[in-house]
Amino acid sequence: MKNVLQLVWLIPLLPLIGFLINGLLRRQLSKALTGIIGSGVILGSFVISLLIFLQVKQGNTAVVDLFDFISVGKLSIPFSFQVDQLSSLFLLIITGVGFLIHVYSAAYMHEEEGHHFARYFSYLNLFVFSMLLLVLGSNYVIMFIGWEGVGLCSYLLIGYWFKNTDYNNAAKKAFVMNRIGDLGFLLAIFWIINKFGTVAYGDLFEQVAASAKTLDGTAAIVGITLLLFVGATGKSAQIPLYTWLPDAMAGPTPVSALIHAATMVTAGIYMIARSNILYTLAPFTQGIVAIIGLATALFAATIALKQNDIKKVLAYSTVSQLGYMFLGLGVGAYTGAVFHVMTHAFFKALLFLGAGSVIHAMHHEQDIRKMGGLKKYLPITHLTFLLGCIAIAGIPPFSGFFSKDEILAAAYGANKIYWIIGVITAGMTAFYMFRLYATTFLGKFRGEEHLHGHHPHESPAAMTIPLIVLAILSVIGGWVGIPEVLMPNAHSLEHFLDPIFAESGKYVHEFRPAHHLDHTTEYGLMGASVGIAVIAIFYALARFSKRPELGEPAGFGKVLANKWYVDELYNAIIVKPLQWLAKLLNGFVEKDVLDWTVNGIGRIINYSSRQVRLLQSGQVGSYVLLMVLGILAFFVIQFFVKK
Amino acid sequence: MNIEYYIVLSIALFCIGIAGVLTRRNAIIIFMCIELMLNAVNLLLVAFSKMHHLKGVATNPNAGIDGQLFVFFIMVVAAAEVSVGLAIIVMMYRNVHSVDVNFLNRLKH
Repeated sequence: MKNVLQLVWLIPLLPLIGFLINGLLRRQLSKALTGIIGSGVILGSFVISLLIFLQVKQGNTAVVDLFDFISVGKLSIPFSFQVDQLSSLFLLIITGVGFLIHVYSAAYMHEEEGHHFARYFSYLNLFVFSMLLLVLGSNYVIMFIGWEGVGLCSYLLIGYWFKNTDYNNAAKKAFVMNRIGDLGFLLAIFWIINKFGTVAYGDLFEQVAASAKTLDGTAAIVGITLLLFVGATGKSAQIPLYTWLPDAMAGPTPVSALIHAATMVTAGIYMIARSNILYTLAPFTQGIVAIIGLATALFAATIALKQNDIKKVLAYSTVSQLGYMFLGLGVGAYTGAVFHVMTHAFFKALLFLGAGSVIHAMHHEQDIRKMGGLKKYLPITHLTFLLGCIAIAGIPPFSGFFSKDEILAAAYGANKIYWIIGVITAGMTAFYMFRLYATTFLGKFRGEEHLHGHHPHESPAAMTIPLIVLAILSVIGGWVGIPEVLMPNAHSLEHFLDPIFAESGKYVHEFRPAHHLDHTTEYGLMGASVGIAVIAIFYALARFSKRPELGEPAGFGKVLANKWYVDELYNAIIVKPLQWLAKLLNGFVEKDVLDWTVNGIGRIINYSSRQVRLLQSGQVGSYVLLMVLGILAFFVIQFFVKK
Repeated sequence: MNIEYYIVLSIALFCIGIAGVLTRRNAIIIFMCIELMLNAVNLLLVAFSKMHHLKGVATNPNAGIDGQLFVFFIMVVAAAEVSVGLAIIVMMYRNVHSVDVNFLNRLKH
């Protein structure tokens, strides 16, 4: 059975085939067939991923060579896939959650016209394909191909309703911001090639581990890791490149779920987790990663407090949770970060799909101020959404608790201030999630006139079943990572991921011994974060279930509601000057300099040929005269010059 | 006789020919002037040929003979040109009742 690993190429191939079929035959296939193909290929990938996971669990890993990709001089970059603990875990998340989102999409997008429906599914398949390429590649170059692929697909999907200019602008924003990050990643790859002569993980990490002591903290390692991190900030929406993610809500809701939960934004986490040995050797970068992550977590959480668009709240919550993951990476809790990616994939997909179900029921109304009391009309959505909220708020024994706790404990070990800010953010998370929940599902229904007297109704089974599955995963998904203190030897995820982080773990153990937290402290930390979350939850429920805020926010609330005016700031310091420059280039350089030069040359030639044309008079005499003069000139030249 | 006399005469004939071509408008006169120029060249060729023959006959009995051969070539070419040219001029006269070359500038339109 070991050769199952050799079948890994099927995993990305299937979504690619789905993309081609749905994309090329979009006008021929019926909607039902499109949905079956689109979801079916992902299911196929999921099944293979599961088989591979079972193999990897037994300790079988492999690098599967497919073909030579780039081979120049001493540098050789094969197109090969790496199957190991980290990539197989991501494969399961991507294909598993991705499959549920596909099934859900088939119902959610049913109102779309046939060929647009197929276009949607082909993009979705391509998205999954790119993401699979990203995690499967055995070197940075293939990761970069997938990296660019998800960027492209996010552009296509965010701008899926391309007739709306705002949506297109959101798509462009996502694309451009991602490109800024991509440049950093690309430079990092070049630097790695320059320094180590290889981009293959196996080779590279061996080299690095072998000369860890001499490399530790050198400019090259710090530079490479910083540039990689720039890439990660773009893809995973961290300060300063996070503003595209909330705007990405312009796409259909399942797309938001896919981008925010299973793919794309986790790419940055994956990349850093993959490069863990490099980061372990660059404490300076680790500090930056932790601080940026923490700042993003707090910053996005404050914005989420005041948003009134159901999807915007979730979007900022994603940014905030990603910040947590980077905090984990920054303090060296790589397992914790990957663990949080996993649990976050479950509950964030659940929350987004739940929001989609609400939006579906509300006939595309997204403003929570016009909802309320939906508990009665959408029982399944309500229950699953509630479970998702509890999970993200970090209440034990729901999944979010374990992963968040692991990161917070590691943060406490690294720096107590990290922990304090982390816990404050956790409290805010609980607060804004339950503000969202209470305003949407509790109290009285406030949207009557909008729905013309019809009550909202529960979504079809194709939408509720994924919700139920995700809700179960959100509840129990964390049990693979129960911390040592609660149950000895229960952290199976850590054991599973051990081989990936072994080298950096060994290095940290040897050179940067950390204080081990004793059990009392750990209990205390857990108690504190859970306590704050519970208080926040009850406060939010009490505050928003009866009298949801309907008035316009004032004072500081207004600053938060307007997202700290960061978009306006970027607009003023980046977009406006660029537009001004573009205007200058267009108005002056292009029109007055370039056009004038080019047209001038044309005009000179035009004019001179009109003058020369006059020589062609038809007068035989003048021709002959010219001939004679020519001959004379010839003689003169012969006589004077040649001598 | 000195070769310079031939050269001077030839130059004079050639210049008269050029002047005629440049100034006259009658196609036939222009033709005649061209012939004059050609003959100036012929004269020079014969003169030079003779000169070279006299100088080199001791070593090579055929010395300078190429110049005279060229004269025949030129005469043949000139005759051919005249036959074609005169035919054109005749046709032109038939069509426009004139042999004025300036009249031909209508071809440019």
